[in-house]
Amino acid sequence: MEVDELEITERPSAKAHDNGAVAIKRARTQLIPKHELERRKRNKQAQRDYGRGTGIDVKTIKDKKLRRNLKGLEQKYKQAAESAKDAEILLENTSGFLEAEEELERTWRVTQNEIESSVSLEASKKRFDLKLDQLGPYQFDYDRTGRMLLLGGAKGHIATMDWRQGKLGCEINLQEKVRAVKYLHNTNYFSVSQKNQVYIYDSRGVELHCLRSLQEVTHMEFLPYHYLLTTLGLTGWLKYTDVSTGKLVSEIRTGLGQPTAMEINPWNAIVHAGHNNGTVTLWSPNNSEPLVKLLCHKGPVKSVAVDREGRYMVSCGNDRKMAVWDIRMFREVNSYFTRAPASSVSISDRGVTAVGWSTSVTLWKDLFVKNRKDQIKVESPYMTWGGEGKSIEQVKYCPFEDVLGIGHDEGFSSIIVPGAGEANFDAMEVNPYETVKQRRETEVKGLLNKLQPEMIALDPNFIGNLDLRSDKQRREARDLDAKPVDIETDIRNRARGKNSALRKYLRKQRTKNNIIDEKRLKVDELWKQQQEQNQERRQEKAAELGPALGRFARKEQ
Amino acid sequence: MKIKALSRSVEAYQPAGSKNSKMPKNLDPAIHPFERAREYTKALTAVKMQRMFAQPFLAQLGEGHVDGVYSMAKDPNSLERLASGSGDGIVKTWDLSRSYDKAEGWHTTAHENIVKSVCWTRDQKLLTCGTDRKIQLYDPYNTPSESEPLSTWLGSASWNSLSHHRSRNSFAAAGGSGGISIYDLERHSAAPEVLAWPNATDTINAVAFNQVETSILGSCGSDRSIIFYDLRTATPIAKTVLTFACNAISFNPMEGMNCAVASEDHSVYLFDMRKVDRALNILKDHVAAVMDVEFSPTGQELVTASYDRTIRLWNRDQGHSRDIYHTKRMQRCYSAMWTPDSKYILSGSDDGNIRLWRANASAREGMKSARQRQSMEYNDALVERYKHMPEIRRIHRHRHMPKVVKKAGEIKTEELQALKKREENERRHTKKQFDRRRSERDKVILAKEK
Repeated sequence: MEVDELEITERPSAKAHDNGAVAIKRARTQLIPKHELERRKRNKQAQRDYGRGTGIDVKTIKDKKLRRNLKGLEQKYKQAAESAKDAEILLENTSGFLEAEEELERTWRVTQNEIESSVSLEASKKRFDLKLDQLGPYQFDYDRTGRMLLLGGAKGHIATMDWRQGKLGCEINLQEKVRAVKYLHNTNYFSVSQKNQVYIYDSRGVELHCLRSLQEVTHMEFLPYHYLLTTLGLTGWLKYTDVSTGKLVSEIRTGLGQPTAMEINPWNAIVHAGHNNGTVTLWSPNNSEPLVKLLCHKGPVKSVAVDREGRYMVSCGNDRKMAVWDIRMFREVNSYFTRAPASSVSISDRGVTAVGWSTSVTLWKDLFVKNRKDQIKVESPYMTWGGEGKSIEQVKYCPFEDVLGIGHDEGFSSIIVPGAGEANFDAMEVNPYETVKQRRETEVKGLLNKLQPEMIALDPNFIGNLDLRSDKQRREARDLDAKPVDIETDIRNRARGKNSALRKYLRKQRTKNNIIDEKRLKVDELWKQQQEQNQERRQEKAAELGPALGRFARKEQ
Repeated sequence: MKIKALSRSVEAYQPAGSKNSKMPKNLDPAIHPFERAREYTKALTAVKMQRMFAQPFLAQLGEGHVDGVYSMAKDPNSLERLASGSGDGIVKTWDLSRSYDKAEGWHTTAHENIVKSVCWTRDQKLLTCGTDRKIQLYDPYNTPSESEPLSTWLGSASWNSLSHHRSRNSFAAAGGSGGISIYDLERHSAAPEVLAWPNATDTINAVAFNQVETSILGSCGSDRSIIFYDLRTATPIAKTVLTFACNAISFNPMEGMNCAVASEDHSVYLFDMRKVDRALNILKDHVAAVMDVEFSPTGQELVTASYDRTIRLWNRDQGHSRDIYHTKRMQRCYSAMWTPDSKYILSGSDDGNIRLWRANASAREGMKSARQRQSMEYNDALVERYKHMPEIRRIHRHRHMPKVVKKAGEIKTEELQALKKREENERRHTKKQFDRRRSERDKVILAKEK
């Protein structure tokens, strides 16, 4: 039998017996050849990268037909993941990078000029500055394919341009305040939030619609799969407008005053809104209450960004904190400090986080890593930019490019951030090089497959799951006239029977989780009440028994 | 410092002078958000399209018959030939490769009364039998219409059913005499070999040769029995008695041991002939007697013709029909069968018409581009995957039904529920509660004989 030699050489004396026999820590008792081990490892990786969660344990299913069907299905899923992994060799591009070669080199010291001189000529053209110091500061937006750039100067200057070719699309001066700009599903339409209302323009700058229901909108986002324009206004109303039909789908009063930030989680289309009281609230169009309230900062939240898989959120606040949140568990992963309150934050496709604060932009890499169990606090930034007196208004990455756009009071700057963009796009999803015909087809397909607003939920994969509630439960859920359940009686009813059953139930409920909600408060109250009662009873008994025998007074069970 | 930034050339994706642009794929789930929601939406559209394009009826063949069509048979050596027998004794052959209005081919007056069964021989001759006690042999391919039969056999009673052996040149005929006569086509004048269950005298409604286990024969009679015979030993093997009589029997062409019988009690029973004390499956949906049943050439599906003026299509392993076909003018259906390519259904009904239907109501004929085919396959897979969802299931199952059939179905359900309730009540208050419950599949068997 082969033995693991490394283990032996490490500590020969410690494990050696008198007769010279060596105890092996990790003996290879399995007769699995090396290539088989490698294959297994690869399959595991395939499941991790392309699998859709843990499968069903088919062995526990008793129904023969069902078991056979599910077994076949599971096998298919497994194969699909493996062949997707195999298809990786067909990917054409590798992502960019910026790596220190020597010990004393630091990536954050590298200037844009150095990068420009060492990347290919074509890539170096992606760095440019637009000097527009009259009508700024500038908001901007890239379209979904990353080809067009939409600029909106606060004093009414609107321009679109094909930024790679440096070709101007349209340019208009609205002579009115511009609060936010946003491209809709393709480059043909964009919306501008002006002084009072939101307007929709076409690619030539012709005004198409005026959305009078959207008043004084400060934050605008667009959900391309749902065709929903989500807006947050000065009054704190969150409104969802279906741009394919023009209908207002949902309007929700946040009740938290003027919003300070808004971001869409691209994975589940949930709106993350930042507020003056330091909370970030999560909204769906189907609930009038926030799905989650997260106290992130001791002071107004300045900006929020979510990564593309909807796992992590980065929030920046006036308290000069930049915090990374795991939004699957709503837990803070790490927190960092910005030297001045950050004005804007953005996360690239490959997880490079850009934070714009006062006149600088700091870029962080690996603030969160997808497959790492415990996230490490990063010591130094990945790159820096600025310090030239341009106060930053907005930062945003260009999709599918190693490019970060920066809107500031002197115009717009585009800088190269190696390793930021997704290298391999899927042309069937979003095609940066689409032709006009393809764009039209994409539009038609997109409208045919438009997702309904009811499909927005924290878990986007709830669709297609069976409703396992009983018929009675479902009917109760539909019944709006039903009396609200009194939590206290509910607890008491649940814990019917002996007194100890109630105690057990309370104990379980108290220690089960650390979420404090109304029910938990009630449970705590009941628990406290009971404890007091017990205490009292015991004291009474002790008094009855007298000072000598009082110590034997029975504790309540 | 090692630096590399992404740079893709536009020319690589949009080659100059070419209309075809490169369409790279990346299967990383991260760049495909809302996977389930988008699939579900596509599935919903797909199932709606399926129902929108569902037009099962293709055509009726020629002018049909003057009287009802009570029997049909397809030529096993041809994809397009079939023969039909009518109530007025006329037999016609049809050619499906011609346009529908000119499909009629050869015809003759074969019998004085109703033609009960037609059947093709291996050498493409046509056998017919009728209530006038005659079995006729014709050669429709080589003789003109209205020609005399090649030979005639006279039986002692009226004939009900014919079936030809898979490879040997002999056929089985059954009818009012209670036995099955095996005629040898090579020795026309020889007396037939007779197979019968001892003491069985009742009429046999249908007889069928097993096309896989070629020496096995099955028959169902008006004494509610299903009997299987073996030609090699010339003896009956097993007999089982059901609660109702059966009208037709069909063997599965892929799984030779399985057969289906069309029962008078509105359902179709599937049996494993090795174990006839229990039905394999019961197909329930018709609201009147089932007159004919046939397995598809793939052995996965069945078609039934019923007295309730509808045709239903079934999956072998599901209890309810997957589709129902009917027209306003179609009367009682007496025969239905698959075309040999299992893409179409033919039905003969009391109104004298032979109708051609699509086996898959939303399928379309003709060449399809690879892209179209791919998208259709994708849509089918999506519907299959999400068909458990309430909205999709509702659309998938939605069928327009004749009011009479729908009403009859409702009444039937009500009556069955009443019966069941009564039985349950009885069970609750009598000794019966100590009996084991019997499954529906066991209940249909009244008796089994060996």
